[in-house]
Amino acid sequence: MHEPSNRMIIKVDNLSYKYEKENVLEHVSMAVPAGAFLALVGPNGSGKSTLLKLLLGLLRPQQGTIELFGRDIRSFKAWDKIGFVSQKANSFNSGFPATVFEVVSSGLTKKIGLFKFLRSEHRKKVMKALESVGMDAFATRNIGELSGGQQQRVFIARALVSDPELLILDEPTVGVDAQHVSQFYDLLYMLNRKLKITLLLVTHDVGPITDKTTHVACLNKFLHFHGNAEEYRELDDKELSSIYGHGVQLISHNH
Amino acid sequence: MLSGLFQYEFLQNAFLTGIIIGALAPLLGVFVVVRRMSLIADALSHVTLAGIAFSLLLEKTFIVVAGVSPLYMGMLFSVIGSLFIERLRNVYKHYQELAIPIILSGGIGLGVIFISLADGFNTDLYGYLFGSVSAVSSVDLWVIAGISLAVVITVISLYKELFLLSFDEEHAKASGIPARLIHFIFIIMVALVIAASMRIVGILLVSSLMTLPVAASIRIAKGFKQTIAYSIIFGEISVIGGLFFSYFLDLAPGGTIVVIAVIILILSILAKNVKTRLA
Repeated sequence: MHEPSNRMIIKVDNLSYKYEKENVLEHVSMAVPAGAFLALVGPNGSGKSTLLKLLLGLLRPQQGTIELFGRDIRSFKAWDKIGFVSQKANSFNSGFPATVFEVVSSGLTKKIGLFKFLRSEHRKKVMKALESVGMDAFATRNIGELSGGQQQRVFIARALVSDPELLILDEPTVGVDAQHVSQFYDLLYMLNRKLKITLLLVTHDVGPITDKTTHVACLNKFLHFHGNAEEYRELDDKELSSIYGHGVQLISHNH
Repeated sequence: MLSGLFQYEFLQNAFLTGIIIGALAPLLGVFVVVRRMSLIADALSHVTLAGIAFSLLLEKTFIVVAGVSPLYMGMLFSVIGSLFIERLRNVYKHYQELAIPIILSGGIGLGVIFISLADGFNTDLYGYLFGSVSAVSSVDLWVIAGISLAVVITVISLYKELFLLSFDEEHAKASGIPARLIHFIFIIMVALVIAASMRIVGILLVSSLMTLPVAASIRIAKGFKQTIAYSIIFGEISVIGGLFFSYFLDLAPGGTIVVIAVIILILSILAKNVKTRLA
């Protein structure tokens, strides 16, 4: 069994957030150890996206604290340790005239720094990241020419290129055809177990991946469950319903 | 025309300015188009008109400012307009495109008031609206060259950041680059280039020089750098060809430049269709 270490990559303590008068997150506390593969699950409107934005520094905590790599987020600077893969459908213009290589090299922007250019060592890194997701043969193709699953692999490569220790993925399989979803999860499994990257996967469909994750957290404004994947699998339907607010059943997908 | 080019300073000025903006407008235009901000160029050109009309009014009212190029006031208004657009985009987060008609009609409204106060249209104003080859002074040329140099250096230095901001704004912000500052620098550059380009193509057509070559380039280019390269080539063909034909056939240069750019666009669409069928 894959054992995450005791070093905490993310530590959230008593975090609350509200938009105008509506509470979106209330008293959320959770910790993600190095080497973990955490699935953050919750229905639409459960505050998953808000929590992600807070973790990525796009929103400021109103109450409670967030620590990244042992440092308070307000003074955290090492953003290149964190890779982020967003919901492709929301943030990506598929007609954008850029090659796969150009897209992946944009992941090095912060690392290379202002007023500096891409050098040959960076080009090698880009190709290596593309190889690790099996997309090196597509480097010179325009990103819009690829299928949804291939595009999402390119976005993973973009996140990997700066050698992150933590990879955050926001519902990355939206827009990926069902046939390629399990391949995609295999890739995540490989990144976690072989490359030792800590993963935080936000999803509303935890069924297909409970055998790959080490931890599961269920969010619906409050954090209803936070534990390892085996404990999650042992939850009964009643407990799951209380998390999701309606009748659910955990379905094991056999891919 | 070649002999005229050596003979008349105004022709040299027009040509050199044309060559500069033929590259500069499409260079920034690529970023404007892929960020889906094409209409911002239109809004800013109308604000520039207000600046120019204001300058012409001042010239008429106060003899002291006579001889000062209206270009500067146009640039000032354009930059202020760009800042207003940004402010409005933040105020109307869910209706960001609202900023464009607000600024566009505001610019036209102000422009019309200034024009009427200055006792209506004159030939100068006509030149600003539709472009003119005889209107570029040596000082204008130097100012435009200076602005161009600054813009090119900025785009090259911030290329990575501008690319990331254009491709994926959310990711740019999450990765910790100073996205707001870079966007601010970008919008100021757009405002300056619009004001600089209007002498040749005219206020009403300036946005076309930022968008048409890019629209043609996107059809056939592979990758972002190639898109920029083709856009600049198409921009140069349009401007140089446009100035050439407008001089010989006595046409408005702005209109001729735009018509050539449209022809290039149609050809690129046809070329892509043929290529797809053959593939």
